Amino acid sequence: MLGLNKPDTRLLLIVIALVAAAPILLNPFPEGSGLAQFNAGYPDLMQRFVIFGIFAIGFNILFGLTGYLSFGHAAFLGAGSYAGMWMMKLLSINVIPAIIFSTVIAGVISLLIGFISLRRSGIYFSILTLAFAQMAFSLAASVLTPITGGETGLQTNLNDPRIFPEFLGGGASIDGNIPKPSLFGIEMTASYQLPLAGWEFTFNWGYYICGIVMILAFYMAIRIFRSPFGLMLKAVKSNQQRMNYTGLNAKPYMLACFVISGMYAGLAGGLMAAMDPQVGAERMQWTASGEVVLMTILGGVGTLIGPVLGAGLIKYFENIFSKINDNLLHQWFAFLPDGIEDFLVTIIHPFIGKGWHLTLGLMFMAVIIFLPGGLVEGGKRIGRLVRKSKDTAPDGKTNPAE
Amino acid sequence: MGILEVKDVGKRFGGLQALGNVNLSVNERTCHAIIGPNGAGKSTLLNCFVGKLIPDTGSVMFDGQSVLGRTPYEINQMGISRVFQTPEIFGDLSVIENMMVPCFAKRDGSYRLQGIRSVASETELRDQAEAMLDEVNMLDKRNMNAASMSRGDKRRLEMAMCLVQSPKLLLLDEPTAGMARADTNNTIDLLQEIKDTRDITIAIIEHDMHVVFSLADRITVLAQGTPLVEDTPDNIKGHPKVREAYLGEAH
Repeated sequence: MLGLNKPDTRLLLIVIALVAAAPILLNPFPEGSGLAQFNAGYPDLMQRFVIFGIFAIGFNILFGLTGYLSFGHAAFLGAGSYAGMWMMKLLSINVIPAIIFSTVIAGVISLLIGFISLRRSGIYFSILTLAFAQMAFSLAASVLTPITGGETGLQTNLNDPRIFPEFLGGGASIDGNIPKPSLFGIEMTASYQLPLAGWEFTFNWGYYICGIVMILAFYMAIRIFRSPFGLMLKAVKSNQQRMNYTGLNAKPYMLACFVISGMYAGLAGGLMAAMDPQVGAERMQWTASGEVVLMTILGGVGTLIGPVLGAGLIKYFENIFSKINDNLLHQWFAFLPDGIEDFLVTIIHPFIGKGWHLTLGLMFMAVIIFLPGGLVEGGKRIGRLVRKSKDTAPDGKTNPAE
Repeated sequence: MGILEVKDVGKRFGGLQALGNVNLSVNERTCHAIIGPNGAGKSTLLNCFVGKLIPDTGSVMFDGQSVLGRTPYEINQMGISRVFQTPEIFGDLSVIENMMVPCFAKRDGSYRLQGIRSVASETELRDQAEAMLDEVNMLDKRNMNAASMSRGDKRRLEMAMCLVQSPKLLLLDEPTAGMARADTNNTIDLLQEIKDTRDITIAIIEHDMHVVFSLADRITVLAQGTPLVEDTPDNIKGHPKVREAYLGEAH
């Protein structure tokens, strides 16, 4: 289907199903129950899942296929966000021009940075991209204040000169409020609430728009992975010398890959601005670049679905795991004798709440050491185990009969 | 006029004159061997043909065009393929993918962005690649990971990757180095077959005299960066200068 082979089509359908059903799947606990705070099915977080999914998919096209580790992808994300904001300030509050422009701007910037950074490979490439990203961050925070809003950042305002206020249905609110980013009149924050028994599911427009964009981005990534272009990128990673002597010029392939990857980041940045119309320079900081590296490695470098899983896991930890506090732990362990309860809470305390990074770090170490292929490899191993026990099961049945 | 014309090529590395005034002419559809003791400059000379090194003096003409100043991929596109001393293949890829890369390079040139079409839909190229694999008896290893194969298989794969591009000139840098006798004989048979069935010129650097005398139509003996003699294998065998270069002047 759609030029994909069977396993890829199945994977795409699974992703589509997951994206569509996420508001339900991520809300497994009834409202008001003790575990309700582990529900991740609220619009804000779900949007972040898919947006960072796009970011990580794009990063993986570069890192997973060519092995070139960029430490500057947050610069493209940030540039995309600023570009999107300006579209919404100057042109129209409609998110489509914002998203397109953010992708284009990120593409142009990644072309410049890539052209210079790709002169080197390995650690030098990483350092060059890191240097560029930090320059972009500093520029955004200081020198480019007229464009980026400096430290206060950039927001949509009531008096923004939108040239086409009514363009494609996105007009300024009549009641004099700051208009919200919208798509043909549908506001990104608009949601449909579905109370069902003890549960309450929220179906948010913004999330579904991001979700559709992510599915498209994912589909594009599959096509790239399976294309001659993808094969050449794998060849770059495997043996540049052989590639060179096979009559192939690795440079333009690498640059094209870097730009595509940067555009994915810009797209993610644009969507971020469209969902929450405010941008600050911190979006470009190197920690943000490091985060996408973590997501990709955690999920599985060079796999299709891995980066999306990694992005989801890290964002879940950041937003949900970090909310567990001592009071809650005391509640959970209330059934234990006081001394043991206090002891357990003291032990666990550093790993929860603000200490979620510590847990994430430990988990990251465990994955690197025991599952170098990331979560996807973990899934594959489990799949193999299941298949093995299935294969042996019939034998087990027949043997006693004999 | 040979397909490869080397004129007055000299190359100096610091104080070492690696090549001094090498003149060489490789005729079309022949197998030309370059032999010589260690450090004679054989590999340096080969590197001058493929764009890895640029000689300080002289010229290297291939098919009437100079190769000097061109990059390795441009030279490959002119019709020169090279097999390395240690097999250079795409270790992370499967055997068939290894074969597809040179097929694309041959058809589409050094760069063509094709991000949407799938590799699987390129049936024509895959047939080509599989036919070539069949020729080197590796079709059954099609889906194997290239890095996991034996050295002999890697060598055959590398040769197949070069041949599938139907180069005009095939450069072989010690293709049997480190091989067992049986593997060496297989390689000789394979090269003999290639020579007989294809419209190809072969230039080979080799230590193993058995290989050289089985395959070569002409032999150039290189010693200390300069050609000592160039002649047919029969004449080279008994040449006093060759013995001297190989066995040393003390004898």
